[in-house]
Amino acid sequence: MSELEKKTESGSVGAEEDGASGEQKAGGDSGVGMGVLFFIAAFAICFLSGWLLFPSLLYSKKEQPFNFNHALHVAETGSCETCHSFRDDGSFAGIPKNSACIECHESQLGETEDEAIFISEYVEKGVEVPWLIYSKQPDCVFFSHAAHVVGAKMECVTCHGQIGESETLKPYQENRITGYSRDIWGENIWGVKKNSWDRMKMDDCAECHQEETGSKGACFQCHK
Amino acid sequence: MKIDRRSFLGLGLGAAAGVTVSPVAWKLTDDSSIWSQNWPWTPVPSDGEVTFDDTVCTLCPGNCGISVRKIDGRAVKIEGKKGYLVNDGGVCLHGISGLQYLYDPSRVPFPMLKNGDSWRQLSWDEAVALLAGKIRELRQKGMADSVACVIGNSSDKGSIAGLYRRFLMSVGSQNFYTADTMDKSWEMLISRMHGLKASAGFDIANSDYLLSFGSSFIEGWGSPVNNFLANSSRKERNAKLVQVEYRLSNTAASADMWIPAKPGTEADLALGICSAMVTASLYNKEFAKNAGKDFDAFAKLVSEKYAPETVSRTTGIDVDQIRTVAAEFANAKAPLAIAGRGKGDSAGSMMEFAAVHALNCLTGNINRTGGFWTVEKPDTLIWPSIEMDDAATKGYARPPLGAVASDSSTGGVFSTVAPSASPYTTSVSKLFETINASEKSPVELMMVYNANPCFTLHNAKAVKDAVNKIPFVVSFSSYMDDTTQMADLVMPSHMFLEMSQDIYSSAGIAQNITSLSKAVVTPVLDTKSPGDIIISIAKAMEGSIAKSFPWKTYAESLQSVTGDQWTPLSEEGYIASEMAPPATPVMADFSIFTGFNGVPSIEGDEKSYSLTLMPIESIRLASGAFASSPFAVKTVEDTVLLKKDTLIEINPETADQVGVSHGDYAMISTPVGEAKVRINIFDGIMPCVVGMVEGLGHSTGAAGEIVTKEGSAISLKVGATGMIGSTGGVSSESGPLENRYIGGKGVNVNELIRPVTDPASGLDAAWGIRARISRV
Repeated sequence: MSELEKKTESGSVGAEEDGASGEQKAGGDSGVGMGVLFFIAAFAICFLSGWLLFPSLLYSKKEQPFNFNHALHVAETGSCETCHSFRDDGSFAGIPKNSACIECHESQLGETEDEAIFISEYVEKGVEVPWLIYSKQPDCVFFSHAAHVVGAKMECVTCHGQIGESETLKPYQENRITGYSRDIWGENIWGVKKNSWDRMKMDDCAECHQEETGSKGACFQCHK
Repeated sequence: MKIDRRSFLGLGLGAAAGVTVSPVAWKLTDDSSIWSQNWPWTPVPSDGEVTFDDTVCTLCPGNCGISVRKIDGRAVKIEGKKGYLVNDGGVCLHGISGLQYLYDPSRVPFPMLKNGDSWRQLSWDEAVALLAGKIRELRQKGMADSVACVIGNSSDKGSIAGLYRRFLMSVGSQNFYTADTMDKSWEMLISRMHGLKASAGFDIANSDYLLSFGSSFIEGWGSPVNNFLANSSRKERNAKLVQVEYRLSNTAASADMWIPAKPGTEADLALGICSAMVTASLYNKEFAKNAGKDFDAFAKLVSEKYAPETVSRTTGIDVDQIRTVAAEFANAKAPLAIAGRGKGDSAGSMMEFAAVHALNCLTGNINRTGGFWTVEKPDTLIWPSIEMDDAATKGYARPPLGAVASDSSTGGVFSTVAPSASPYTTSVSKLFETINASEKSPVELMMVYNANPCFTLHNAKAVKDAVNKIPFVVSFSSYMDDTTQMADLVMPSHMFLEMSQDIYSSAGIAQNITSLSKAVVTPVLDTKSPGDIIISIAKAMEGSIAKSFPWKTYAESLQSVTGDQWTPLSEEGYIASEMAPPATPVMADFSIFTGFNGVPSIEGDEKSYSLTLMPIESIRLASGAFASSPFAVKTVEDTVLLKKDTLIEINPETADQVGVSHGDYAMISTPVGEAKVRINIFDGIMPCVVGMVEGLGHSTGAAGEIVTKEGSAISLKVGATGMIGSTGGVSSESGPLENRYIGGKGVNVNELIRPVTDPASGLDAAWGIRARISRV
């Protein structure tokens, strides 16, 4: 707590206040002390709420329709591309439709509850599974998988992380204001990332573009 | 330490500082920007697998090949099909707006029975049983022939029209009516002049001189897109277009020469040109000698009665110009004269067609490249025999109510339904006239499919009166059009994208093209294929009628009756015949001109009605069974439709005489009715003639309340996605099934014009009417 105080007091706002309260102290006014105390308290509370409380207010947890075990399926099929493929016209198919799953899962193959839900609620009823998509970008963004995967020969994990090794689908945290997944801004509310797949904001694309192509890219490349 | 103002200051500043350096402010700013992009009214194109499904558009007889683009199976765009015979990738504004007809929120969503001011939802079984019961009752009373059927197709070619005709026949009625378009007049003429059972074909793309007598060549005549393409290639083909028209239409403006002949004098002009050709020996003498019957009498007639000097007075065209056109026409490599006023939607006067076609006979450019073609239409469908019981035989023995007196050699409408066609020529206008002339309607039950007679026929108000008199009217439309509003029972059909049917080329295409219009989307509402509807009604009637319909579904019948053609049709999508002249060279019988005394004139005396009202055809406004889509209405000029008013074209001189200025309101009166319009001063229309566009004046289709099956009386709105109950209808002020994009706008010019019977064909030859305008 005290470290924080020091940090903030050395910040620009803190410095101003310091100066003011300093003058006041010189005048020997004890009311100022209360002001500083309130300042520090209010500052701490707001700052910490913003850092720690705000995310839990901003994001709601949503459940996927049922669990999908990526690790198991990657072991079976060998790669991401088997299910997450390119269509003949070069567009990316994204999350596979039921028809891709039904190729093997016409009826229950294993013994899990999740597969049972898939068969009974979706395959038999002919309803597409309403997956919540972690990497869904806003409508203003044009992204070509072909340019990056086929053109730049990038690995899926660079942007999407190690989903293929997971046995469960992580919870989908939806931003209440935008409706998009927390995975776009990133887990860290400050926007600080360790791995390339931690965030998918425009700045992250720009960062990689800068490294790989020497420029962050022109607006119209992605915002058509 | 006291808590004072400085404490609160500190509190406030601390809070502000804390929030500012916390992630909140920055995250919320970023989130707000994304939020503002997600407002629900912002349209977002859907993402998904792109597929194309090909079919044939049936909004008009042009029948262009189209490609429907779909995203994840949902149709999102219609494009012309590249390489298709008729339109090669082109499509008109109505075709391209086809999806607006599919997703139209004012479509009738299920079968409905009229109940006073409201409608009651029926199940399909109930609706079928109800209609079958009514027809059964009539047959039991010996009134089988009081059942009538009006279809909007220009012929009964096609298995669906064939099924409806078959139904009427097995019920026992000859009261089957198809639309009276230029196709019929041409067919009658070809039968009379060439002794052939064939349709007219125009090889315009290969003609180097096209002489059009009032045909809206680039505004919807014939097969519209086919003609757009022919027109576009004119300059590079060194082909000339000469437009004979009383006003500067788009076609006239685009033409190489505009001949503003007075309206109604087109036949005179044609014969005047014939006269000039004959006098100057500029005609194909060999053809005249070998193939022309009674040619000398014709030559005498035109030389004596239609000399250019005489014709010049009648038409208002210079003698020199008449002679110039005659010479140019005669000397062209492949000259072609075409007729069929406007879009060719009305029958017109057969002798007017004859006068124009005489030009083609004089050049002998028949069944040759770039010329006029007699396209024989073989009966390709294989129908099983029709069973007729006593009631049917008795009913069928009585002539149709709309039979018209005509030359027996013209024969009846070409029918694909064996046994041989009815010997009568029928006119749908005559049918309604007969109903109005009788105290009690001789039609007890009328079925209407793919037609909107309460709008499209001349004297439309009288047609409405006639329809009102008919005790039971069934409409198979899924649009609450002017006729369907007056129906007692609505059994809504799929629209063309939702159903399959076989299509036969018409509208002047010079070869036989049989195409398959396929279902490319799953039906959006609880509609059925009209083929399936009629089969289920027949089955419900049992007995001989049911026996005459030995198929379970329309799909089964389509495959069965098309026989050998089914495989190529379903695999390729179409079958096109070669353009081959008939085995025996065509003869031209000029005796049709014996005793020719001019074409029928229009109604009204010149004293009370000093002006002539002419209907104007516009490609932007559909004037047939389908009303214009919202997209199409949006393209209509301010000089044609201004807010909700029709504007009439009037020459500045005439406007001065009447005392009106541009934009003024005025009353236009004809012997049939009157209407309030606005004035559009236009130099391009001749004095004393006023023009009013066709295709406006539809009612909105307000249907009152609809009581659904659950028994709840709700104000039903069909949402933009076509799903019943979803929001997104036209506006909160629309009633159910209301179309305010085209409805309630303008005046229906057909309400101001009455049919004029053509003595040669018996069909409606009215091309206008006398009128007067007064200030309002």
